Parts: sequence; structure tokens; C-alpha cells
Amino acid sequence: MTLKLNQSEFEIIRDKEKCISCQVCVRQCSNDVHEYDETEGVILSDSSKCVGCHRCETLCPTGSIKIKKRESEFKSNANWTPEHLKNIYKQAETGGVILTGMGCDKPYPVYWDHILFNASQVTNPSIDPLREPMEIKTFIGRKPDILEIKPVKEAGSDIIKYKNNLEPQLEINIPVLFSAMSYGSISLNAVKSLARAASEFGTFYNTGEGGLHKDLMIYADNTIVQVASGRFGVDKNYLNNGAAVEIKIGQGAKPGIGGHLPGEKVNYDVSTTRMIPEGSDAISPAPHHDIYSIEDLSQLIYALKEATEYKKPVGVKVSAVHNIAPIASGIVRAGADFISIDGFRGGTGAAPQVIRDNVGIPIELALSSVDLRLREEGIRHKVSLIVAGSIRSSSDVIKAIALGADAVYIGTAALVALGCHLCQKCYTGKCNWGIATQDPYLTKRLNPEIGTRRLLNLLNAWSHEIKEMLGGAGINAIESLRGNREHLRGVGLNERELSILGIKHAGEAW
Amino acid sequence: MKKIFIKEEYCIACRLCEIYCQVEHSKSKKILKAFKNEKDILSRVLVEEVGYNSFAIQCRHCEDAPCVEACISGAMQKNKNTGIVTCDENKCVGCWMCIMACPYGVVKRDLSEKKIASKCDLCSDEEYPVCVRNCPNEALQFKDI
Repeated sequence: MTLKLNQSEFEIIRDKEKCISCQVCVRQCSNDVHEYDETEGVILSDSSKCVGCHRCETLCPTGSIKIKKRESEFKSNANWTPEHLKNIYKQAETGGVILTGMGCDKPYPVYWDHILFNASQVTNPSIDPLREPMEIKTFIGRKPDILEIKPVKEAGSDIIKYKNNLEPQLEINIPVLFSAMSYGSISLNAVKSLARAASEFGTFYNTGEGGLHKDLMIYADNTIVQVASGRFGVDKNYLNNGAAVEIKIGQGAKPGIGGHLPGEKVNYDVSTTRMIPEGSDAISPAPHHDIYSIEDLSQLIYALKEATEYKKPVGVKVSAVHNIAPIASGIVRAGADFISIDGFRGGTGAAPQVIRDNVGIPIELALSSVDLRLREEGIRHKVSLIVAGSIRSSSDVIKAIALGADAVYIGTAALVALGCHLCQKCYTGKCNWGIATQDPYLTKRLNPEIGTRRLLNLLNAWSHEIKEMLGGAGINAIESLRGNREHLRGVGLNERELSILGIKHAGEAW
Repeated sequence: MKKIFIKEEYCIACRLCEIYCQVEHSKSKKILKAFKNEKDILSRVLVEEVGYNSFAIQCRHCEDAPCVEACISGAMQKNKNTGIVTCDENKCVGCWMCIMACPYGVVKRDLSEKKIASKCDLCSDEEYPVCVRNCPNEALQFKDI
């Protein structure tokens, strides 16, 4: 059938009065939308190829381009939405699974937006973070059951030391880490930006399943190395070139689904970093083939602890799924030092759309239920909780911590700081912003010096905001806020939601 | 003196440097007016491209500038204080000896009015050359040697 429904998602509006035919848009678009017509001396644009990444619009020196949503409407139908129709047209044509990138964009409730933070008035003083000390440093790792201290004399003065040996800890200057994004799924320049920003600020980035590129070894002290089901690039050297190890069981955007980096993206550098042949598909199986139970997980945790001589925290990353609370409990008992929970709105480089949009649960509910469950079982201190899955602002960070998290992972937010416009076409490898691509024409577009600066700015801005919010609530240390649900109130939530979140409704006082 | 340094690994070949150079050296200095009303404004910076490798090059303001040596009319001068090599358009006779002598190929023929040699003047009226200021990826840097 030659009939093709070529309905474009966007429309390119070019103001002819302003366009100077300089061709910047032509040179910048990797989707070949713009074309210079020499005979007429004008630029023609094919809207049907536009993915809405706004690269041309951003770089146009005269502001002559505007990308608009195309307004052509289907007959209005609340059930058969345009998305369902377009997907069926696409699948009827190709017979394939519909791929997409980034996190779930469906209008499920965002609980962060239904939670409000507290502030001090009259009965307790608020604190001005610009004038008084404010601590937002925290530590990731297993804490001792009992803290015993003893006074010792050192260099003539009395100091206090721990009696028992502390488990290895990660020290972070802000409760925000960069989440796992592999070299391969994103460009080396993007990983370099994350690694440099993490090391300059005093936080961590995560290698994802991409192995560790030799240029990144200098950031070892700020690297969390991941061991995922494909075990790409994993050897003793890799494990010991990180500050912590994370076993990846699942990812919020695609729980239960493996990964597939197409062979076209596996160039020489990616292949040596992942330790696989050049041009071969890098397939991460859905499960770890050696993990079928908590006991198996425990074996891997301790194998990794042995390999790193018990000097580094070993954590486990799981997607937020229906039974996350007992799963987390099992992971703590298996010996993990931290658990990363990735909510269903977490991003990805490529996932089947049906999985991304329909599998998993919101991170807010998962976090709260895990925190409450671990407290009930008396094992909350044995593990640190890092939550991920669409942390969009410093207020999301504060709310996550008050709901029981030790820290958060940011992935999408970090990429947005690097220029990502959430066009969701990461899986095509044509990222115009030089992030989700290995094409040398495109990866150059992300200068890691600029990237590092922008990420540092973001972390600085968020840390100021976090301090302001803490100060407003009369708290001077982020650790005093952890799990402190009294500082949260829900708005527009029902009884069930409030009880799962463990918070009162706005208007309810002690 | 301050010079323009090229970081070719970050040049994305958008050619915005050329566009802003043209605007800076137009009569109106307004982008729309310059491109719509003025004809054939030469860019003094040139983006060279081979495959995905590209970089923007402009006059290097050489220590021992061959173009100054070659100039028969004394139009091409190196300012002793600033180190900037400029072509005095009133003196230039359009003999193109500077073009022959330039090892970087960054002197161009400006035929729009009287024949003169056109080259980078480091935008000496501005704090930063416009090509540097408008490079979206900081592939051009203006700093002390």
C-alpha cells in the first residue's frame, strides 16, 4: 500500500521578513528539515521531518524560526485520541514495536505537585542561610546499628572517635547525584560534562552500563560504576576505578526490559570501553542470568564487595514496581549499602513506548512505602535510599528527602541543563544537541567545558534553593529533614494516597 | 596582546561567526538591514570544513607579519602598541601582494567599491571580537598569549 499518513507533529513557521538565508538552520538540522534553494535564494523547510528539538530556533541569529505544534485535528474523540490513531497507523505500516526516548509523558498524577512544604512562624524561628551555617552535605552508605564513641588523645588534645568500624560511605555535598547514563547512550562529551561537574561540586556521576572510558578514569573518586545484566566493561580494574558499585536490576522507564544499543552506535571507542567487538549490537538481557532470587543477589553483592575489598559501598538499582517495599527489604537483607529506586517517569535512551507509558509506579509512592516499610522492620539505617524518576527542581529534592530519601538522582534534569529539549528522539542517534548520539558531526556540539559550567550552575542554584527552603522551615541540616513528614502536607489527595505517602492533608495540624 | 584561539574540536560549522562578522563590518551594523539592503559584505573569518572537521580562521596578527612586509603602499600596518595588523583602506591600492604573502589565506579581495584588501581587525572597537562573542560553542577564544 502506498498510502502513507505523513502527518507531521510540528509546523515550522519561518518569518520571511526576518530570514536572511544564512543557512545556519540548514547546517544544524540532522534531520534534513531545512534546505537552501539556490535558484530562489530561499530556505525551504519540510515540517514532516521535524522532531521539535528547537536547535534551529535556538541558533537562528534573527529569530525568524518558530516551531509550533501542528494544529490539524482529528475528529474529536475522547477515547480514540490522536496518539492511539497515529500509533496504529505507524504499526500497520511497519509491524514493529514503537520506540521512544526520555521518560513517560502521560498525564498521570505528579504527586510532587500535590505536596506542600512547611515553614516556621512565631513558635519556632526560621534561619537565614546567608547568615548562619546550613549543612546540605550527607553520606550514602550503611550506618551502624549502634553508634559507640570513645574519647582518644591525639596530638595532645582530646577527640572523639567511633568505637566500631564504619562501613564505607560516599560523601556528597548536595543530596543530588547524576543518574546512570552510559557512554554509548550519550556522547563522551556529555559524560565528561557530568563527570567534571560531579568532581568539582563533590557529588557523583554514574557510568550506566557503558563501561569506563579511559579519559574518565581521573574522575574515579566521583564515579559510581554500574554492573548491569550485560556486564559490559566490567573487570576488577573497572570496579576499582569507581567510588561505589551499583548493580542495576531495573530502570524506571522500562522495568523488566533489557537494553539494546544498536551496532551503528558501537564505534571503536564505545567498543573498547564496553569490551565488545566494533559494530556489534550491545544487548543487555532483561534479567541478570545469575540472579533469580534475593539469595542470588546477595552473592553478587558480596562478590563485588570482595572484588573491591569491602572498601566501597555496593548498591542496587531497581525500578519502582508494585511490590517495591518487600523487594527493597529483601535488598537490604541481601547486603546492599544503598538502594536506588527509579520511578516510572524516569528517562531512557530507548524504550518500547508501551512499556514506558504503562509499567511501574510513581516514585513518590514507591519512596514513601519503602521508607515506611524499612522503618517498620527496623532496618532503615542499614541502607541509604537514592530516588530517581523525574526530579525536576530543588523543591522535588526537598520533598523527596522529607518523604524519606537520603539523596536523589537526576538524569533528565542534567541533560536539560546540557541543552536537551526533550524531543524524545534519543533512540534515533541523531540528537542535534550532541547528547544522545555518537555521530562526530553532532557530538562536537556539546563542549564539555560549557556543559560542566552549566551543570555546576544548576547544582549551585539548587543548593541555594534547598538551603532557603530548609532555613524557612527552621532546619539547619538536610539530615534533620530526612523522613520528616511533618513538614509535608498534601493538597487534592484522597485518604488512600495520603496514607501511602504518610502525610497529613493541608489544613490538618497536630 | 590578546589573540583569537581556535578550538577546532568544538567548531560545529554553524558559520555564525561569519554572519556576525559580516554584520559588524556592514554600514548599518544591524543584522536585518545588513543582509537585506547591503550587498556582498565580506566576512573576515572563514570556516574551513573537511568532513566533520571544521574550524573558523581569521588573521593571526603574526608577530612578523608577511603581509606588512609585502605591502607596497604602506596600507598594511602592524600597530606597535596593540599588535593588531590592519589595512588602511584609503592607502590600499588593491595590488593583492598581501594575499600572495599571507600563509593562512585570510586576506580577501573586497571588490564591492574600490579594490581593497579585507582582513580581520580584531573588532578593535569592541571588548571581544564578534566572532568570539557569538560562537555558540566557545570554539573561538579571545585571550592573552
